[in-house]
Amino acid sequence: MTHALVNVPARAKRGEIIEIKTLISHPMETGYRRDEVGKAIPREIIHRFTCTYNGVEVFRADLFPAISANPFISFFTRAAESGVIAFNWTADNGETHTETATIAVD
Amino acid sequence: MSDRQLDSTATRRQFLTVAGSLIGAVAVAPAQAAPPAPATLAAAIDEIVGDAPVRRGKVKLEVPPLVENGNAVPLTVSVDSPMTEREHVKSIHIFNEKNPQPNVASFYLDPRAGRAQVSTRIRLADSQKVIAIAQLSDDSFWSDNVDVVVTLAACLENPQK
Repeated sequence: MTHALVNVPARAKRGEIIEIKTLISHPMETGYRRDEVGKAIPREIIHRFTCTYNGVEVFRADLFPAISANPFISFFTRAAESGVIAFNWTADNGETHTETATIAVD
Repeated sequence: MSDRQLDSTATRRQFLTVAGSLIGAVAVAPAQAAPPAPATLAAAIDEIVGDAPVRRGKVKLEVPPLVENGNAVPLTVSVDSPMTEREHVKSIHIFNEKNPQPNVASFYLDPRAGRAQVSTRIRLADSQKVIAIAQLSDDSFWSDNVDVVVTLAACLENPQK
């Protein structure tokens, strides 16, 4: 897991509903494909995504192999206070990737 | 002689019973084998919903009705909800009919979301029905579904490499 993009507005008004977009580079290997010699390619996907706002979980997703490669997820949250919005992706092999964004709320 | 006759009728009866059940099996087997996907789909939905009734409405599932590439089908689910502490969407679950696995994704929200709307991109192995089910804070379940026609299916080709 290497590249992740998150789109969070830098500023927002208190109580404003903001859209958050996330994208991470990952093959999302389904476990249903076979290689050239017919051997099953083992499943290797990101199965969990969480978003915390100043440490409080505001959104979580359980993903299955039917999610496209390079998972894109967008959702909404209410800009409550200035602080850090953190994103965490967890893969089958135990690898995790964290990305953070800061938001100024006035 | 009479013994032999009895024997032969017994055998014939046995034969007919066996043949009958075989014909029955042949006739019934394809009918039973035909909808395995909906069976697992129903099981997957049951696991989330339990015995609760699932009603149509409140949920809006947006998927293009005709997609060229089943490897990345854009999907948006929105639920009509004020997203307050008293009345909000707890979770949104996406299912499909004909992929190897019925589950696609489950999203967990809370009142802080402000708006119950989630977008992602999914894989579809075939033309099929996509289903979205939302669980509200009063533990009622609402759903919407869309029939999607896929011209290039995911999984069959090897387009990622």
